[in-house]
Amino acid sequence: MADVTLMKTPAETALVQAFESARTALPGQAESRAQAFEKFAERGLPHRRVEEFKYTDLRAAFREVAPFAGIPSADEAKAALAGAKALSGVAALQVPFVNGHFVREAVDFHNLPENIEIVPLREALANGHDWLAHLSPIPWASENPVYQLNTSFMADGVMIRVAGPVAAPVHLRFVTAAASAVATATRILVVVEEGASVTLLETHESTDGANHQPNDVVELIAGDRTNVQHVRVNAEGDKALALSTLAAKVGGEAVFNSINVVAGAATSRHQVFALLTGENTNLRVNGATMLKGTQHGDSTLVVEHGAPHCESRELFKTVVDGEATGVFQGKIIVPHHAQKTDGRMMSAALLLEEGCAMNNKPELEIFADDVQCAHGATCGQLDEDLLFYLMARGLPKKEAESLLVQAFLGEALEFVENEAVREALVGTVEGWLKARA
Amino acid sequence: MPAVQETIDQVRSIDVDQYKYGFETEVEMEKAPKGLSEDVIRFISAKKGEPEWMLQWRLDAYKRWLTMKEPSWARVSYDKIDYNDIYYYAAPKKNPAPKSLDEVDPEILKTYEKLGIPLREQEILAGIEPERRVAVDAVFDSVSVATTFKEELAKAGVIFMPISEAIREYPDLVKQYLGSVVPVTDNFFATLNSAVFTDGSFVYIPPGVRCPMELSTYFRINEKNTGQFERTLIIADKGSYVSYLEGCTAPKRDENQLHAAVVELIALDDAEIKYSTVQNWYPGDAEGRGGIYNFVTKRGDCRGRNSVITWTQVETGSAITWKYPSCILRGDNSRGEFYSIAVSNGMQQVDSGTKMIHLGKNTTSRIISKGIAAGKSENTYRGLVSAHRKATGARNFTNCDSLLIGNQCGAHTVPYIESKNATAVFEHEATTSKISEDQMFYCQQRGLSEEEATALIVNGFVKDVLQQLPMEFAVEAQKLISISLEGSVG
Repeated sequence: MADVTLMKTPAETALVQAFESARTALPGQAESRAQAFEKFAERGLPHRRVEEFKYTDLRAAFREVAPFAGIPSADEAKAALAGAKALSGVAALQVPFVNGHFVREAVDFHNLPENIEIVPLREALANGHDWLAHLSPIPWASENPVYQLNTSFMADGVMIRVAGPVAAPVHLRFVTAAASAVATATRILVVVEEGASVTLLETHESTDGANHQPNDVVELIAGDRTNVQHVRVNAEGDKALALSTLAAKVGGEAVFNSINVVAGAATSRHQVFALLTGENTNLRVNGATMLKGTQHGDSTLVVEHGAPHCESRELFKTVVDGEATGVFQGKIIVPHHAQKTDGRMMSAALLLEEGCAMNNKPELEIFADDVQCAHGATCGQLDEDLLFYLMARGLPKKEAESLLVQAFLGEALEFVENEAVREALVGTVEGWLKARA
Repeated sequence: MPAVQETIDQVRSIDVDQYKYGFETEVEMEKAPKGLSEDVIRFISAKKGEPEWMLQWRLDAYKRWLTMKEPSWARVSYDKIDYNDIYYYAAPKKNPAPKSLDEVDPEILKTYEKLGIPLREQEILAGIEPERRVAVDAVFDSVSVATTFKEELAKAGVIFMPISEAIREYPDLVKQYLGSVVPVTDNFFATLNSAVFTDGSFVYIPPGVRCPMELSTYFRINEKNTGQFERTLIIADKGSYVSYLEGCTAPKRDENQLHAAVVELIALDDAEIKYSTVQNWYPGDAEGRGGIYNFVTKRGDCRGRNSVITWTQVETGSAITWKYPSCILRGDNSRGEFYSIAVSNGMQQVDSGTKMIHLGKNTTSRIISKGIAAGKSENTYRGLVSAHRKATGARNFTNCDSLLIGNQCGAHTVPYIESKNATAVFEHEATTSKISEDQMFYCQQRGLSEEEATALIVNGFVKDVLQQLPMEFAVEAQKLISISLEGSVG
C-alpha cells in the first residue's frame, strides 16, 4: 500500500549500506549513480505485487546480498578464463571479463580488427569519456529497478564503437570464478554507426555452488541501415541469481536479431527492452530456455514500435522439467503514429514433468488502427502421438523425448546465421538433454 | 488493415450520443440519508425487513471495507469517488413493496414500457410461443418493483424472486450460498456491495429441473446521486438447467453514478447455467461527462461434476467498466465459457475479461472475446487462465481479437496464463482450428475461407444465446454480433 512505509528487508538494508560504502570508490558518474539508487531505494526490491515482477519476486529471491567482487589479479583472471567453455569453438575477437572486471591484458588494442574501437569502461567512467553520453539510451527502460541497480553499482565493462562491417564475431565472455558468492555489475555499451554490421556473442559462466549475483546490462545503439546479430548464452553456475538486461535502440531500415539461451542459474531473469526509432526496421528477439530441478527462468520483453512500417518477431521457447518454473512476459507497444506495424509474439512452453509450472503473459498495447499485431501462447506436454510414432520406430522414451525437445527449441535457434555459433547452441541443448537422460 | 466501412457505420450507430435510454422518470423517491455509515446499513436492512444475521453480515462487511483500499491496477482512470456523497438506498415512495402490478406506480410502469420490457404476463403471452416467454424481475434503483411468472415458475419448483424476499422466505438457502463464491472480503467493490446491497434476483432451480422459461432481470438506475448495488445469486441444483438474462440502462446525466454489483452462480453436479448480459448503462457524453461507473464482480462456481457455466456479455454502455465474469472449475469434467463483445466509443474506458480457474480434473474452458475501440476510448482485455496442481487434463482455448477505429483510441490485451500442471493444455490464440475441427471442415468444404468459417462459428456461438434475448435491445446486440472483425489487430 502506497502510504505505508514497508520495513526494508535485510537484503535491501544491505544494498543501501553497500551503496553508501562503495559510492566514493566507484568510478565516475556520481550523480547519475546517486539518482538511480535513490529511485531504486524508494521502491526497494521489486516483489510480486509489482506488476512487472509478479512472477519473479526479487524480494524473496534476494535473501542476502553478496559482496561486490574486487578486481582479480592477472593470474586469477588467466586461470578463470582457461576454464571457460561457452562457445569456445567459435573463432571470435575475445573481450573477457572476470568477476565483472574487464581483462584488458587479453585484448590486443594495437591489432584490433578493422572498424572496431574498444574503450574500457572503468577508465572511461573515471575520465568522463565523451561516449558516456550514450549510456541509458531508452529513458523508460532505465526506470526498471534491475537497471537502476546496475546504474548505481556499475564498476566496469567496455564501450564498443563499430564504424563499418566487422568480419569476425565479438565475444563478450563473462566468467565469475570465486569460491564464495560475489555480486557483479557490468555495463556494456555498443554503438553501431550507420551502415555498419557486427555479430555480438555474449556468454555468462560462473562457478557452481556459490550464490553469485551478476547484474549485467548491455546497451546497444544501432544506427540506420545497420545489421546486428546478438547471441547470448546463460551458462551460470547452479546457485547463481542472474539478472540481465538488453536495451536496444534501433534506427531505420536496420536489422537486429537477438537470442538468449538459458541453460544455467538457480534463478534468472533476462529483460529485453527494444525501441525502434526508424521506419522499415526488422527486429527479431528469440529465447530458448531450458529449466530443470527447482530452477526459475524469466524472460521479459518490451518492444516499442516507435516508428511506422516496422516488423518485429518474437519467439520464446521454454522447456520446463522437474519442479522448475518458467516465466514469459512480453509486451508490444504500438503508439498512434506507428501505422503499418507488423508485430508477432509467440511463447510456447513444454512441460515435461508433473511438478513444473509455466506463467505466460503476452501483452499488446495498441494505439494505431492500421497495424497487424498478434500474440500467441501455448503450454502443454509433449505430443503423445509424436512420442508414440518415434517409440514405435524403436527409440527409447527418453531419446524420443530428447528428439522432440530438440526440434521444439530448434525453431528458436534457426535464424542464427553463423553456423559455428548455431552448432554450438544446438550443442548446448544436446548437453542439457544428455544430463537429463 | 483498417476497419471496414460497414463496421465503422455499425459502431457509429451506437456511439455515445446515440444513447436511447437516457430519459428520466419523475417518481417521488424515499432515500436513505446521504453517505455511508452503520446507521445507513441498519436503515437498509430494516427497510428490507431482514433478520439479525443478515444485518450482522452487512456490518461485518462494512467494517472490513473501511480497512480496504480501492484497487488501482486496472487500466482506467477516474476522479476519486466520494463514497459519502452517494445515496445508498432509493425506493419509490408510493408503495415500495407492491403486491401486484396494479399497485406499482404507473410512472414506473411507463418507464418499463418505454424500455420495451414486458411486465404484464398477459401482454407477453399474446402472440408469443410459450417456450419463448421470459420471466422478468424489474429492479428500479434499490428495489424490485415486479417479478413476473412467479406462480408458474413455482409450479416447476423454481424459485425466482428479489433477493430481499428470498432472505426472508428462504433464509437457509441464502445463508448456505450467499458469499460462498464471492467472499465478503473478495475485493473492495464486492465488500462494499456486501455491506449495502439493496436488491437483485435470487434463483434456485431444484434437482433435475429444466427451467421452463428464460429468467431475466432488468436493472434501471433512475434517481440522481444514487448508486446501485445489486446482488444476484443463482443456484442450479444437480442436473438442472437455467438461462438467465440481464439488462441495464440509466438516464443521461452529467454526474457519474456508481454501480457495484455482485453476481454469484453455483452449478452443482451435471447442472448448467447460462448467464447473458446486455450492458447498456449510460456511457457519458462525447466529452466524457457523466456515465455509469460499472464496477462489478461476477463469478460462477462449477462446484459439481460435469457442470457448465457460460457467460455471454455484450458491453456497450458505462463510462468505465471494470468487470471479469469468471469461472471456478472445481468439479471434475466441468466446463466454463466466456463470450464477450465489448464496444467502446466516446471517452469510455473498458477493462474487462475473465478468469478461468481450473481446479478439477479434465476441466475445459473457452474464451472468445472481441473488443472494438472507437472515438477516444480505451478497451482492455484482461484475462487469467490458470491450472492448479491437481487439474490434470485441463484444457483452455482463448481467442481475443481487438479492433481499433481511428487512431485516438487504444486496444490492449493483458492475458495471464499460469499452468502448474504438465498435462494441462492451454492455447492462447495459437490456432483457430481448435474451435471445432468438424465445423471448420464443414464450412471450408462449402467454400468458406478459414477466416470466414471461424467468424461464422464464433458468431454462431454467441448468436445462439443472444437470439433468445427479450427486450428491444436484442436488436442492438444482434447488430453487434454481425460486426465483422476484419482488420482485427490481434
